[in-house]
Amino acid sequence: MQNLLIGASVVVALLVLFMVYKLATLIHVAKGSKTDEDAGSNTVNGYLMLAFLIIGGIAATWSAMSYFDLYNIPVASEHGVKTDKMFWVTMLITGLAFVITNVLLFYFAFRYRYNKNNTATYYPDNSKLEMAWTVIPAVVLTILIGYGLKLWNNITDVAPKEAEVIEIMGAQFAWRVRYPGADNKLGKYDYRKIDDSNAFGMDLSDKNSHDDFVPREIHFPVNKPVLLKIRARDVLHSVYMPHFRVKMDAVPGMPTQFWFVPKKTTEDMRKETGNPDFNYELACAEICGKGHFSMRMLIVVDTPEEYEAWKKKQKTWLAQNPEYLAQVPEELKEVAMLSAGIENNESNDSSL
Amino acid sequence: MSTAHVDLTDEMGHEDHGHHEQGFVSKYIFSTDHKIIAKQFLISGIVWALIGGLLSVIFRLQLGFPDMDMSWLSPLLGKWINIDPGTGVGKLDTGFYLALVTMHGTIMVFFVLTAGLSGTFSNFLIPLQIGARDMASGFMNMLSYWFFFLSSVIMFISFFISTGPASGSWVIYPPLSALPQAMEGSGLGMTLWLVAMALFIVSTLLGGINYIATVINMRTEGMSFTKLPLTIWAFFLTAIIGLLSFPVLLSAALLLILDRSFGTSFYLSEIYIGGEALPNMGGSPILFQHLFWFLGHPEVYIVLLPSLGITSEIISTNSRKPIFGYKAMIGSMMGIAILSFVVWAHHMFVTGMNPFAGSIFMILTLIIAVPSAIKSFNYLTTLWKGNIIFTPAMLFSIGLVSFFISGGITGIFLGNAALDIQLHDTYFVVAHFHLVMGSAAFFGMLAGVYHWFPKMFGRMMDRKLGYVHFWLSFIGIYLIFFPMHYIGIAGYPRRYYSFTNFDTFSTFADLNSFISLAAIATFIAQLIFVFNFFYSIFRGKKATQNPWKSNTLEWTTPINPGHGNWPGAIPKVYRWPYDYSKPGAKDDFIPQTVPYAETPESNLPHEQELAGLESNNDNAIKVD
Repeated sequence: MQNLLIGASVVVALLVLFMVYKLATLIHVAKGSKTDEDAGSNTVNGYLMLAFLIIGGIAATWSAMSYFDLYNIPVASEHGVKTDKMFWVTMLITGLAFVITNVLLFYFAFRYRYNKNNTATYYPDNSKLEMAWTVIPAVVLTILIGYGLKLWNNITDVAPKEAEVIEIMGAQFAWRVRYPGADNKLGKYDYRKIDDSNAFGMDLSDKNSHDDFVPREIHFPVNKPVLLKIRARDVLHSVYMPHFRVKMDAVPGMPTQFWFVPKKTTEDMRKETGNPDFNYELACAEICGKGHFSMRMLIVVDTPEEYEAWKKKQKTWLAQNPEYLAQVPEELKEVAMLSAGIENNESNDSSL
Repeated sequence: MSTAHVDLTDEMGHEDHGHHEQGFVSKYIFSTDHKIIAKQFLISGIVWALIGGLLSVIFRLQLGFPDMDMSWLSPLLGKWINIDPGTGVGKLDTGFYLALVTMHGTIMVFFVLTAGLSGTFSNFLIPLQIGARDMASGFMNMLSYWFFFLSSVIMFISFFISTGPASGSWVIYPPLSALPQAMEGSGLGMTLWLVAMALFIVSTLLGGINYIATVINMRTEGMSFTKLPLTIWAFFLTAIIGLLSFPVLLSAALLLILDRSFGTSFYLSEIYIGGEALPNMGGSPILFQHLFWFLGHPEVYIVLLPSLGITSEIISTNSRKPIFGYKAMIGSMMGIAILSFVVWAHHMFVTGMNPFAGSIFMILTLIIAVPSAIKSFNYLTTLWKGNIIFTPAMLFSIGLVSFFISGGITGIFLGNAALDIQLHDTYFVVAHFHLVMGSAAFFGMLAGVYHWFPKMFGRMMDRKLGYVHFWLSFIGIYLIFFPMHYIGIAGYPRRYYSFTNFDTFSTFADLNSFISLAAIATFIAQLIFVFNFFYSIFRGKKATQNPWKSNTLEWTTPINPGHGNWPGAIPKVYRWPYDYSKPGAKDDFIPQTVPYAETPESNLPHEQELAGLESNNDNAIKVD
């Protein structure tokens, strides 16, 4: 509400500015001839340029500072810390260029406003000057490119072998996740096997799929690399986890992936932000239809112990949908029941 | 050779002008006169800009005030406002919200800033500034407008069909745009979109071929490429970019049409939707993105370059100074034109494209910042030690430079693949391109209208209203898009109907309301322009022949140039267009038509030599 008031006052300020300007021009009209009037408008516009620079500069600085905590959202992944740093380094460099060029622009506009006693300087070129402002941006950009490339190559490098593999699938309009279960291997899938219950199109003739589980929320272990295997079922979606600085499109027919290391548990973040209700969220960042804005999924980052405990508690998908045992080839059925934890709980525990 | 050609058109121009009265239809509707066609493009562009702006106001209401009762809009939007039968509270339909976003983007990018901008100023200024009677082909030029008109009509009709207009965003990524079962707008609305765009591309190509041919072949005597105003250079390069990139969009659209209606699988693979698995296998949605952005990125420069050309001209004229670094300006525009073809995949860093390709496109993208930086510095140096006259056109040009810098700088973030991971498809991108491409190009267009209005209509637009229009727009646009960066850095995704579902995106409700208020105010401020424009056509102060004391050729035509532009012979050109405030000269401007021989007092040493050659030439011709 406070900001709304500020907004309203800015609008009022604009109106006042307008009135002042109108008044100034009226005075000029009253004072005399038409050419004077034009010269008068010119002076007013020159001063408005200066006023814009000063007021705009103050407003930009003030708003950037007062909103800092709101837009600088906490970061919770290893690479995110580095990209954030790069973001602020880039901000520093480009911010400098932004301030210098805008100050010059409005100051020149003000300083060199028309004066009938002045003549403009005939200054068509200066190769040294032009060389300088070709080379300087080129050098600065080369440094930024080098820095950025290094980061990009690290982020998109092959995931470490010990990474937790988790599958995320986008569908209109919900995310679904699949964990590989006790064998740490995701089972194969085929989109033609998808139906209302088998949302992933799991291919049950692959024994790796029997212990896969499909929870309602995402859990990550802290400080351990996580490899997301990403796909989409219908249209494009995009896996977007703002706090982890993770974004990767989900493409039907073309699996994609992204790996990263979560550095803070949900509990840590609750303490850090002072918000006891804090939760990590997964959103969709690629337009996917009318429910695009509602594709939310909850993410929980656990300590390694909590994570293992949570995994143990999950019922396999096959155990939740035992009727799909019919799709399992005869010779695998017994093993499937064993690894899916159907009927015989003791044997399931021992298999873990 | 070229003299003979000029003489020929000369004759024809005379005949056209003198001997037959044109009827209303052939004069104002199916006209082949480049000036009329330019005005047709301009007025169509203004109408589209108002429609496009109005759409943005509606979705800004939704974003700024998500709890608002929108039932008052139902007379306009009909069933797209869902009225709760119990409470009577009206809500904007979530699917229609996306249609609004889609149509706003399509209209602004293609219909306003491509057709409205290039169509108006390339048509109007190329013949006038290079000294030609008309375009190379007046007929093709007319066709160009009428294809655009047809395209406009079809796009407009798509608002009124029961499933609504296309709604998969202006980039129309398949499979969303390919499958009618994915969203309502992907049905007939999308078909109409594709048909309209195909016609639009035909229009752009007809226009572009004409612009290129005219600039190459029809320059008046003495108008070498190194004496061309920067406006013409910009239009020329824009037309080349368009000619090379729009056909790629056409092929992308064609394959999409095949996928939609003829069962092919160019972009479709392994899709399960609406309870069934589709038979399509082996296609790639990424292929579409490559094809789309192969046009889409050059399109950014198709939109921007004409504006940069226009402002180069206006800033030089009104600073009463030569444009600083004329050759560097041309060089950087050429650099931008070439590089614009090799940066497209920076829109696709996180689409699953090979990260190595991402590295290459990141390097190429950041290189394009160098010519852009050169242009900005050259603008600043042109202002330095000038004697600046703030005409409304000049104000809008200065505004453009500010937007170009502010929006260009955020491009350095987005071109960096590592940073793009977080920023991609957030409001940071929205803020970036609305400043650097949307607002900057729009300001260039407005600057052009204010500057060349006297030449178009023989009357002046009201200065004071122009000032008010400028300051409200300039401040308004910054109030909209500057705070939007904060929302973007905070990670708010684009194309969201509302942010209430996410804790992460619930922190900026006030700022979103503020942006919406600023957007509405800025939109209303544009009505000042609309009034000024139409009022001044009929009631504006009568223009003088050269109201801005400008050097370029168009100001040597009569106040209301007829068919053929110059009543007598086309003037010869002797010098570049930027001899402002030349030391020693009588006036602070020397038009291009003044020979060096007449200005011994201000000639530079090498020009003095040229003056000698000029008189030889003139003698030679006389002997001839």
